[in-house]
Parts: sequence; C-alpha cells; structure tokens
Amino acid sequence: MAKETITKLTSQAAPLPIENIDTDQIIPARFLKATTREGFGDNLFRDWRYNADDTLKTDFVLNDPTYKAARILVAGKNFGMGSSREHAAWAIHDYGFSVVISSFFADIFRNNSLNNFVLPVQVSDEFLAKTFAVIEADTQAQITVDLESQQVTLPDGTTTSFEINPYKKNCLMNGYDDIDYLISLRAEIEAFQSSRA
Amino acid sequence: MSNTPQTLFDKIWDSHVVKRQEGYPDVVFIDRHFIHEVTSPQAFDGLRKRGAKVFNINRTTATADHNVPTKDQHLPIREALSRHQVEKLRENCKEFGIELYDLLHPFQGIVHVIGPELGITQPGMTIVCGDSHTSTHGAFGNVAFGIGTSEVEQVLTTQCIIQSKPKKMLIEVNGTLEKGVTAKDLILYIIAKISAAGATGYFVEYAGEAIRNLTMEGRMTVCNMSIEMGARGGMIAPDEVTFDYMRGRRFAPQGEDFDRKVEEWKQLKTDEGAHFDVVLTFDAADIKPMITYGTNPGMGIGVTDHVPTLEEIPTTEQPSFQKSLNYMGLQPGESLLGKAIDYVFIGSCTNARIEDLREVAEFVKGKQKAAGIEVWIVPGSNQVAEQARAEGLDKVFEGAGFELRGPGCSACLGMNEDKVPAGKYAVSTSNRNFEGRQGPGARTLLVSPLTAAVAAVTGKVGDIRELV
Repeated sequence: MAKETITKLTSQAAPLPIENIDTDQIIPARFLKATTREGFGDNLFRDWRYNADDTLKTDFVLNDPTYKAARILVAGKNFGMGSSREHAAWAIHDYGFSVVISSFFADIFRNNSLNNFVLPVQVSDEFLAKTFAVIEADTQAQITVDLESQQVTLPDGTTTSFEINPYKKNCLMNGYDDIDYLISLRAEIEAFQSSRA
Repeated sequence: MSNTPQTLFDKIWDSHVVKRQEGYPDVVFIDRHFIHEVTSPQAFDGLRKRGAKVFNINRTTATADHNVPTKDQHLPIREALSRHQVEKLRENCKEFGIELYDLLHPFQGIVHVIGPELGITQPGMTIVCGDSHTSTHGAFGNVAFGIGTSEVEQVLTTQCIIQSKPKKMLIEVNGTLEKGVTAKDLILYIIAKISAAGATGYFVEYAGEAIRNLTMEGRMTVCNMSIEMGARGGMIAPDEVTFDYMRGRRFAPQGEDFDRKVEEWKQLKTDEGAHFDVVLTFDAADIKPMITYGTNPGMGIGVTDHVPTLEEIPTTEQPSFQKSLNYMGLQPGESLLGKAIDYVFIGSCTNARIEDLREVAEFVKGKQKAAGIEVWIVPGSNQVAEQARAEGLDKVFEGAGFELRGPGCSACLGMNEDKVPAGKYAVSTSNRNFEGRQGPGARTLLVSPLTAAVAAVTGKVGDIRELV
C-alpha cells in the first residue's frame, strides 16, 4: 500500500454549523471497544445519524445524498473538544473526510487529526460564516484546500491562509511518521534518561 | 542558567526537552506513562508491527478502568466487547512485561485516582495517559496531559512525545469559599466564566488563597477539570499539603529519601515576575454551589440562578444554545432549584476519592434516599472502597438505601452497563454533560458531591447552603 499523504484537495463540503462539537458526539464512548483502527466511520456522529432503533435520521447532513461526495467537513467553532479518544480522528478519516474546516479546534483533537492524515484547517469566524453561506447557496460548491501554500479557496476565488507547524506539514505531505523520527533520536533519549537517574 | 524569572510550567517542561529545533515541536521526555484498556490496544499493535519493545516498563503503569463492571467484578465481564478489550490489555501487558493492576487487584481503580493514592504521581514530573483527565496529576505540581493513541505508541516506543509547547495561563482565586461550596463548585464556576474553550492552547497554573486552602483531593478535582475549559493541563505548585498527602504512600520515596525529595520539591514554584500569556483573577466569595444546565461543562450556573434567557446569549450562539436546551428538556430562563431528578451518580476521576465519599456520608447519615430515584456510588479505586468500609461509610450508604459498587469509570461515560436511560435526569459528580455521555439521550446535571447528596435524599436539585 502506498504511503498516505495530503497535498491538495478540491471537493464538495458537508456543513455542520454547530458549535462545541465534542468527541463524544463524533464517536460515542460505547463504540470505543474495538482494538483495531478500522471501521469507526460507521459510527461517526452515531447518535446524530441514527435513531435509537438504528434507522437513519433523514434530516442529518451525512444522511443527505446531496453531500455524498464530500471529503471536507465544515463545522462550527471549538470542534473536537472533550475526550482525548483518537477514535474521533479515526472515525472521521474512515468515513472519508480528509479535511475539517472550523474557526477553532480543541488541542488534543488537532494533534490526533494530524497524526491520522486528517487536516484541521482553522479559519476566521468570518471566513467560516462565508463558507457555510457558500455551501447553503450551492450544495455542490467545490472548495480547494492546498497544504503546500496553506490556503483555502472558495468557488468565487475568496482565499484565506491557515497555519500548520512546518514539521507536521512535512509529515503530511510526505507520509512521514512521528515514531520514525523519535526512533532516530534513540541514542539522545537514552543519554537523557541516564542523565536524570 | 538564565536569570529570567520562569513559571513552574516552564521549569518542568524545559527540563524534560530532549531535543528542540527550529520548525519542529519539542521532543519531551515522559517520566510516567499510565495506560488503560481503551486507548492502548492499537498502540501495542504498532509496537508489534515495528518489532519494538516498550522503552521503559518501569515508567509504565497499567490498570483496567473504563469498561469494567461495577457489580460482581469477580465474574467474567458479561459484555463481549468490553471483555475482549480488558483481555487484550492483559495479553499486551504480559507480552511487553508491564505490571497491570487488573480487576480485583488491591491497587485497581480509575487511573487518575490510583496514580496519586499509590504515590506514583510525584511533583516535578511529566505524566501522560491516553485520557484527557490526566490533568488531574497536575495537582502535585506536574506537567500532566492527555494524549491520543498514536502518542501512546510514541511514549511506549521511545518514552518521548512530540509536542508543541503550549502558552501559559495563571488563574488566581483569592479569598475563601463559603460553607458548602467546594473545589468542584470552584472549577465549574471558572469554566462557566471562561467557557468550554476558554483555555484551549494554554497550560494553566492555579494559585491564590482559595487554591492553597484546598486539600490535595480538592486540588485534584480542580486540575482534573482543566480540560473542560480546553486547557492542555492544569497544575498547582506543591506545598506542605502536598507533602503531607504523599508521605508514606506505597511508591513514594520513604524515610530520609522522602525528606530529601521534599527539599527538592519545595523549589518547584513559579518565580516572582515570571511571564504568563494570560492572567485571570477570581474571588472565591462570588462562588455558589454550581450546577450545569446544558451540554458542555461551560454551561453552568449557581444552583439559585436561572438558566440564561435567549437575550443573554450572543445571536450567533443562540442556535447551539437552543439545541442544547432542547436536548436537556429545559427552557431559557428556567430555575433548576427544586427540579425533580431521576438518577444520582457519585463517582468518576473528578469526585470518587475518599474525601468525596466522607462528605456524602456525613450529609446522608440518618437520612433516606428519596423515593423513585436511583443512587449509584462508585468509588475511584479498591483502596478507596476499602477505606470507606474501614470507616463504616458503606453502612451509612446502605442505611440510606444507596448502593456502594466496585471501582471504575462507570456512568461517567457509560462504557459498561451503568447507563442513564434516555430522557432521564442524572445529577452527577463527573466531569462531562455532553449529549449521550451517560447513555444515549441521558440528561446530565454536573454538581459537587454535596449537591449530589442533597439530590439523593430529596430527589430534587437543592441548595446545600440551606442544609449545612
């Protein structure tokens, strides 16, 4: 299997204009019992997507076939707060999203996403509001996220830039792994540990 | 050594940096790594895939807490997926040589309860765990924070984590708390003031008279909920209260070693004039017993206050506010005082320590559980349960018609059987009131153990200050 990378993506976007979406909504605790990383996408936003009898809630955005090609999720501010469960990032990735756009992300979720090839794109409240408006006007609107230039572009050409740590950017663009980097420092880590004994 | 005044956070973080280079996050050495059954299995798979060993098994502590039943812990776990996850933890600990405090082990319990009570948590450390409430350990003057499973794998493999250094926030709470107002109310008040995202990107140090006057267990409650305002972690400089709590603990240094360590630990404080990116000051006298009304911990009010009206909420936030109240079955402007409730949960890494149980027992002694409600008392660990029995608290609870169960995370997140049914109101001493947190459709009202005790005997939301 080729290494996964993120460079540039143009896609339809699914809107979730709700603030403070916590990781218990992204993936409820009762679905954290798997011991592998696969399959969590089925339970992404489980209690918003399904009724208690497991039938689909037709008014939820992910159940609307209009948005079935979306690889970008656009969500209200403070996305991913709460539990440190990496399962939230796994569920988003497994469902098929590569990018989440919001005006604010919780710290642990941001780290977890970056470690799982889900790019958190933080934009201003104004740009986020405009993005929601663009999607509302045209559900098929194509949004471009370019990691190289760190820019998001809406169909009308409106562009904004986003920040990312240069190291993590390099990891995402080239499919590098944090652990490979840490293992390369093994001698330094051992020396550090000995110096503290 | 530079003479620039430093914060306690800077001192501990910087002294643990193995490598710092431009454009990279820091590589930080981790003194203590706690693991549990839910966020570790995929990390162990990663080690196997690389043929790696655990870097230092002596810096790793394992327990089973999230999934475990709180009844009949001697029997095999009934729920197949939970059982599988706990068995997986056993296999992984055995294969990699990590000591596990398994079900029925005298040291088993919620990971953030057992670390401190066993003296594993010590001042000046870096501590991580695949659980956001790792911030609890900061009460001892540590840099302690929750991590994801990929990071668990980093720490298992290399004892280090790649992490950008957070900004620093000082929260001072001056003055003294009114009788009946506790550490839980103090932290719920701060979160309500600054919101569930108010400290995102920051590591918090708590200071001031009201913090100094808290017991160690109260300080743990405060630091525990740092994550509920988005903070990377929370910490309190160690003092005599800390040292008194630690003396004689199972894995703490003993005798003269301990005294020597105390001299070192006394140096762990923020220098006069050190820079914080943000400083917030609160007055303890303003704090009432608190209760949450919404679906994040920032949606809290004093028990005698009313739920905000729609006009009190900024226009852009009104849809989320309304969605939250719809879920909770509450109206804008409503008062919660006297509201009938269905369940009371006293437990979790926030409030399931022996002092919490003592407080509850003292209040309920000679009283009876209100008719028609369920009360679950879930101790934080086997040691807490043991101590409760030694003090006769179990008899007080039984006499009142409550159930003292076995230790675990339980109804805080409902991964085991302890779930609150849809539509029911649960007064809970835990840390999160998210939609479905205590079971699909469950409606959580977060409170202190004392306010939970009031609800347990009256069946309603009440003001503890009128009863003590």
